[in-house]
Amino acid sequence: MQPESYVAHHYPNLRQQEHAARLGMWLFLATEILLFAGLFTGYSVYRFLYAETFAQASEHLSVAAGTINTVVLITSSLSVALAHHLVQHGRGKAAALSLLVTLGFALVFLAIKAWEWTHDFHEGLLPGRFFTNAELTSTGAPMFFTVYFLMTGLHGLHVVIGMTVLAILMVLCWRGAYDHGYTTPVELGGMYWHLVDLIWIFLYPLLYLI
Amino acid sequence: MNELMRKLLFLPEQGSAYATEVDRLHFFVITVTMVSAVAVAVVALAFFVKYKRRSERQTTPHVEPKAIHEVLFIAVPLTFFLLWFAIGFPLFVKLQTPPKDAMDVYVQGKKWMWKFAYPGGPSGVDVLRVPAGRPVRLLITSRDVIHSFYVPDFRLKQDAVPGRYSQTWFTASAPGRHQVLCAEYCGIGHSAMLAEIIAMEPAQYDAWLAETRRSTVATAQDSPEDRVDPRTSLSEQGRLLSGEYGCFKCHTVDGTRHIGPTWLDLYRKAEPLQDGKSVVADEAYLTESMMDPAAKIVAGYQNVMPTYQGRVPGPEIAAIVEFIRSLRTDAVRPEPSKGPVYVPVPGYDPTSAR
Amino acid sequence: MSQSLATTPPAPADAPAYNPRNYLNAEAGIASWLLTRDHKRIAVMYLVVTTLSFALGGFYAMLIRIELLTPGPTIMSAMSYNRMFTLHGVVMIFLFMIPAIPGVFGNFFLPLMLGARDVAFPRLNLLSLYLYAIGAAIAVYGMIHGGADTGWTFYTPYSTTTVTKVVPILLGAFVLGFSSILTGLNFIVTTHTLRAPGMSWMRMPLFVWSIYATSVIQILATPVLGITLLLVAFEHAFGWGIFDPARGGDPILFQHLFWFYSHPAVYIMVLPAMAVMSEVIQASARKNIFGYKAVAFSSLGIAFVGFFTWGHHLFTSGQSTLDAGIFGVLSMFVGIFTAIKVFNWTATLYEGAVKFTTWFAYFCGFLFFLVFGGMTGIALATVSLDIHWQDTYFVVAHFHFIMVGSVIMAWLAALHYWWPKMFGRLYPEGWGLVSAVLIILGFNATFIPQFLLGNYGMPRRYYSYPERFWPLNVASTAGASLLAFGFTIILVYLAISLRWGKVAGPNPWGSRGFEWDTLSPPPTENFLENPVYTRGPHDYTEAPEGAEVTHAT
Ligand code: HEA
Ligand code: HEA
Ligand code: HEC
Ligand code: CUA
Ligand SMILES: [Cu+2]
Repeated sequence: MQPESYVAHHYPNLRQQEHAARLGMWLFLATEILLFAGLFTGYSVYRFLYAETFAQASEHLSVAAGTINTVVLITSSLSVALAHHLVQHGRGKAAALSLLVTLGFALVFLAIKAWEWTHDFHEGLLPGRFFTNAELTSTGAPMFFTVYFLMTGLHGLHVVIGMTVLAILMVLCWRGAYDHGYTTPVELGGMYWHLVDLIWIFLYPLLYLI
Repeated sequence: MNELMRKLLFLPEQGSAYATEVDRLHFFVITVTMVSAVAVAVVALAFFVKYKRRSERQTTPHVEPKAIHEVLFIAVPLTFFLLWFAIGFPLFVKLQTPPKDAMDVYVQGKKWMWKFAYPGGPSGVDVLRVPAGRPVRLLITSRDVIHSFYVPDFRLKQDAVPGRYSQTWFTASAPGRHQVLCAEYCGIGHSAMLAEIIAMEPAQYDAWLAETRRSTVATAQDSPEDRVDPRTSLSEQGRLLSGEYGCFKCHTVDGTRHIGPTWLDLYRKAEPLQDGKSVVADEAYLTESMMDPAAKIVAGYQNVMPTYQGRVPGPEIAAIVEFIRSLRTDAVRPEPSKGPVYVPVPGYDPTSAR
Repeated sequence: MSQSLATTPPAPADAPAYNPRNYLNAEAGIASWLLTRDHKRIAVMYLVVTTLSFALGGFYAMLIRIELLTPGPTIMSAMSYNRMFTLHGVVMIFLFMIPAIPGVFGNFFLPLMLGARDVAFPRLNLLSLYLYAIGAAIAVYGMIHGGADTGWTFYTPYSTTTVTKVVPILLGAFVLGFSSILTGLNFIVTTHTLRAPGMSWMRMPLFVWSIYATSVIQILATPVLGITLLLVAFEHAFGWGIFDPARGGDPILFQHLFWFYSHPAVYIMVLPAMAVMSEVIQASARKNIFGYKAVAFSSLGIAFVGFFTWGHHLFTSGQSTLDAGIFGVLSMFVGIFTAIKVFNWTATLYEGAVKFTTWFAYFCGFLFFLVFGGMTGIALATVSLDIHWQDTYFVVAHFHFIMVGSVIMAWLAALHYWWPKMFGRLYPEGWGLVSAVLIILGFNATFIPQFLLGNYGMPRRYYSYPERFWPLNVASTAGASLLAFGFTIILVYLAISLRWGKVAGPNPWGSRGFEWDTLSPPPTENFLENPVYTRGPHDYTEAPEGAEVTHAT
C-alpha cells in the first residue's frame, strides 16, 4: 500500500490529513492534562490546608521506589521515541521490539507501584475512612492518602491504557503495516505515552519529594 | 417612590436600613435592564418597519462600522456595569464586616431546623429573638449538609457550611417578625426549614433575656397557649412535658410539617403509613408511637424519632397523649400563628456536636 | 470584502428543486445510519435524540409546574419533587442543551460552510454520538432506578450522602462530557485543516467563529467537570473523604471545581445560539453583518473571560470579600462581549432589506430575552444584590431567560431557517408564526412572574411554599402550559412537513450563506464540485444571479 491510499475522501492530501491528526492529538492531550488539573487543584488546596501533615505523610512513601519509577518511565519514553524513529525508516520489526521494551518498562513501573500500594495497605496508609495508621494522627493524613491514591490510581489507569495502545501498535508494526512511510499512528501513540510520562514527572516531586 | 417601586417589584418589606440601601441599587439596575431590553427590541422592530424588504432581488449597501461605533458599544454598557459594581460592592463589604459592638448569636443549621444560641444562653430552635436597633452578628455553621440562612426582609443570606463558621450581621430597624428560610437545597425538609426572627423593643428584649436565663424550667414560650384548650390542666401539663422531652424539636402544634408530623388534629385521624396501610391515631397508637416509633412509620417521614421507652413515666405519657388530644383546629384561634414553639435547652453549646 | 462574485458554483439555475440523490437516501437500511460517517446523517440522529431529550426535560418541567400550582403538596411527594427538578436540570443541560446546537447544526453546517466534505475525524464524530447514547442510557437507567435528588449542581456533602441513585447520573454526565469533548475537538481540527481554498479566517461565516469558540470551551472546561463528577461518585460509593468535612475535606472545593466548568458551560450553551443568530440576522436583513470582526472576536472574548468568573456563584458561600470583588468585576467584563454582539446585530438591520419570517420572529424574541436575561446576570454579579437573590426564583428566571428565552429561540430559528436545506422541504409559514407568537407570549408569562417571586423571597427547589407566593406561581404555571402547547404545534407541523411540505429548492430564502450554495438536501459529498471562495459569506451588494428566488409564504 502506498501512503496516499491512507488519505480519506475528505482530505486533499496526506500532509493535511497528518496535520489534522497531530492537531487532534495535541488537543486530546490538553484535555487529559485538564483532567488531572482537577486533582492537582485538590492537591494544592489540601496541601495548603494541611501543610505540615502532608509533609509528614509523604515521608511514609518510599522515595526510592518513586525515583526508580521515574527513571523507568523516562527510559520507556526514550524507547517509544526510538520506535517511531525506526518505523519512519521502514524498520517495522525493530520498532516492534523497541515497543516491546517499552511495554516491559511499563510492567516494571506497574509492579513497583503495586508493591508500594501493598506496602501502604499493610501500614494502614489508606484513603479517607479506611485509614488506620497509628503513627499519623493529624486530620490531614487520610486526606493525603486520598489524594495520593486518586492521583496515582488515575495515572496507573493511563499507564494501562497507554500499554494497550502500544501493544496494538507493536503488533501492527511487526506485521509491517507502517513500513511504507505512513507512520502517524505510531507517532500519536508515542505522544500519548510521553504524556503519561510527563504527568508522572509532576506527580513524583509533589507526592514523594516535597 | 421607594414604596411604589418596592411594591411593583414585589420586594418584601425593608426590615433594616441596609435593605433600603440595597433596594435603591436594585431599582436602578432593574430600571436600566428593562429600558435597555425594551429599547433594543424596539430599535430592531423600528428598523424592520423602516427597511422592509421590497423585492426579492433587493441589494443592500455594505456598511462598515466606524471605530466610534464599536467604542460606544463597549463604553456605554461598561460604564453602567462598573457604576453598579462601584455601588454594589461597598454594600457587600459592609455586610461582610459586622460592627464591633454587635451582639453575637450562634446559628446552626441541621436537617431541617435552625438552632440559635446566645453566648451564655439560652438557646433554642426556630425562633430568634433580637433587640431592634442593635446590630446582631450571626455566626453560622451546619451540622450536616449545606444550608443557607435567608432573611428576605433584611436582604440577607449566608450559607451554613459544615466544618466552618461564616458570618453576617443585621440591625432590625423596628420591632416585628421576619421569616427565615433555608435557601440551599438540603433534602426533603428543605422547603419546611423555616424559622422566625422576632425583633423586640430593646427593653423588652433585655427583660426577656434575663427572665429566660434565670428560669431553668423548660417552657415553651408563646404559641401553645394560643392553641390549647385551657380547660384541662392535664393537657397543660402535657404541653410542658412535651417541651421538656424535646418533642417540639420535631413536631409542631400549628399544622405545619416539620421533621415529624404535626400534632394538630392528629387524634382520631386516619394516618397513612409508609407500608401503604393506614392506622387510626387513637390513644394506643399515640402511646406506641412514643415507645416504639419504628413500629409504624408515617408515610413521607423518616424513621428518626428516638424511642422514649423507659424514659417517660406512665402518668406523663398520659399527660402528653391528653395534650395531643386537645390539639384541634377548632380550638385554635383564627389569627395567624405567632410562630413556632421555642424550646430552651439549658447549657447548650452550639460548637459541640450533640 | 471583494466585489467579485463567488466562483463557488451556487446551485445551478436548472438544479432540481428537490435533490433526488441526497444524503438521506444515498444508502438505505438501519445499518447504513448506525454505521454512517456522514456528518449530515450524524447531525440528523443528534436531532432525533436531543429532541427526545427536550421533550423528556419538558415533561419534567410540566410536572414541576403542576406541583407548584398550590402551596402545599399537589400531585407528588417532596422526594419525587426533588428528583423531578434534578432530572429536569440534568436532562435539559447535559442531554439537550449542550449537544443540541453543536451536535445538530454544528455538525451539519460547519463543514458545509467551510467548503469541506466532512468533519476532520468522521469516525470520532460517530463515536461521540455513541458516547452520547451510552451516557444517556446510563443516566436514564439511574432515573428509572430511583433518580437523584441533589439538584443538577450536585453540591457536596448532600450529594455524597443522599440515598438516591446519584452514581449512575454522575457517570452518565461524565460520559456525556466525553462526547462533548470529542465533538469540540473535531470542530476545532476541522476549522483549522479543512477550510476550502479561499476560505481565509476572516472570510469564515460567523457561525463557524462562534462554534469554534464553543469548542475551545468544551475542550478546556469539560475534563475538569469530568474528574469532579467522578470524585463525587467515588466519594458516594467509597467514602474517601475528598469533599467530606468530617474527614477534613472541603465542600466548597467542590463548588469551585464544579463552577469552573459550569460557568463556561453556560457559554457552551449560549455561543452556538449566538452563532445561529449571526447567520439568521444576515439572511433576514439581506445584509452583511455590521462589524464582522467585532462579532467574531467577541466570541473568543467570551470564551476567554468566561473562564474567570465562576466565583460569582459562590457569593454567599463564605468566599473572601476580595474574591467576590474580583469575580464580580470580571463578570461585568464578560457582559461587554455580549453587548457588542447585540448592538452589532441590531445595527445590521439598518439599511437592510428585512423580511418577516418565523425565524426573524424568533430573532426578535431572542434579542429581547438575551438582553433582559443577560442584564439580570449582570445584576446578579453586582455582589450585594446577589445576596438577596442567590438561590431564589430570580436566579431561576435569569437562567431560563437565557437558556429558554435565548437559546431555545435560537434553536427554533435554526430549525426553521435550515429545515429546507436539511430536508429539502418548507415548513408552513403561517403555523410557524402562530407558534412563535404563542411561545414568546407563553415564555414571558412563565418566567416574568419568577423574577417577581425571586424578589419576593421565594427560594428555589421548594416543594411547598408559604401562601404569599401562590398567585405568582399560578401565573407561571399557566404560562408554562401555553409554552408546552406552542412546542407541540411545532413538533406536529415539522413532522408533517417532512413528508408533505412544499419542496423548497436549493435556496428558498435567497440567502448568501455558503451552505445554501449546494443542493437541498445536500448530496453525500456535500458539493457537486470542490468549492473555491473569493468572497465572504452574506455579500448582498449585488443582486443574486439566476431565477427569481422563491419564497415561502
Ligand atoms: C446559557 C446560560 C447562561 C448565560 C449565557 C449566563 C450569562 C450570565 N450570567 Fe448566569 N446563570 C446561568 C446560565 C447563564 N448565565 C445558570 C444556569 C445559572 C444558575 C446555576 C444554578 O445555580 O443552578 C446562572 C447563575 C448566575 C449567577 C449566580 C446566581 C446565584 O446563584 O446567586 C450569576 C451571578 O453573577 C450569573 C451571572 C451571569 C452573567 C454576568 C452573565 C453574562 O454573560 C451576561 C451577559 C449579557 C448581557 C450583559 C446582555 C447584553 C447587554 C447589553 C445589550 C447591554 C445593554 C445595556 C446598557 C446600555 C446598559 N449567572
Ligand atoms: C436548557 C435548559 C432548560 C430548559 C429548556 C428549561 C425549560 C423549562 N423549565 Fe427549567 N431548569 C433548568 C433548565 C432548563 N429548564 C435548570 C438547569 C434548572 C435547575 C435545576 C436544579 O435546581 O437543579 C431548572 C429548574 C426549573 C424550575 C425550578 C425548580 C425548582 O427550583 O424547584 C422550574 C420551575 O418552574 C422550571 C421550569 C421550566 C419550564 C416551565 C420550562 C419550559 O420552558 C419547558 C417547556 C417545554 C416543554 C413543555 C416540552 C415540550 C416539547 C415537545 C412537545 C417536543 C417539542 C419538539 C420540537 C419543538 C421539535 N425549571
Ligand atoms: C428526632 C425527631 C423527633 C423527636 C424528638 C420526636 N419525634 Fe415523634 N416523630 C418523629 C418522626 C420523624 C415521626 C414520623 C415517623 C414515625 O412514625 O416514626 C414521628 C411520629 C410521632 C407520632 C405519630 C404521629 C402520626 O402522625 O402518626 C407521635 C404520636 C409522636 N411522634 C410523638 C412524639 C412525642 C410524644 C415525642 C416526645 C416525647 C416525640 N414524638 C419526639 C420525630 C420525632
Ligand atoms: Cu436547609 Cu435547605
Ligand atoms: Cu455563572
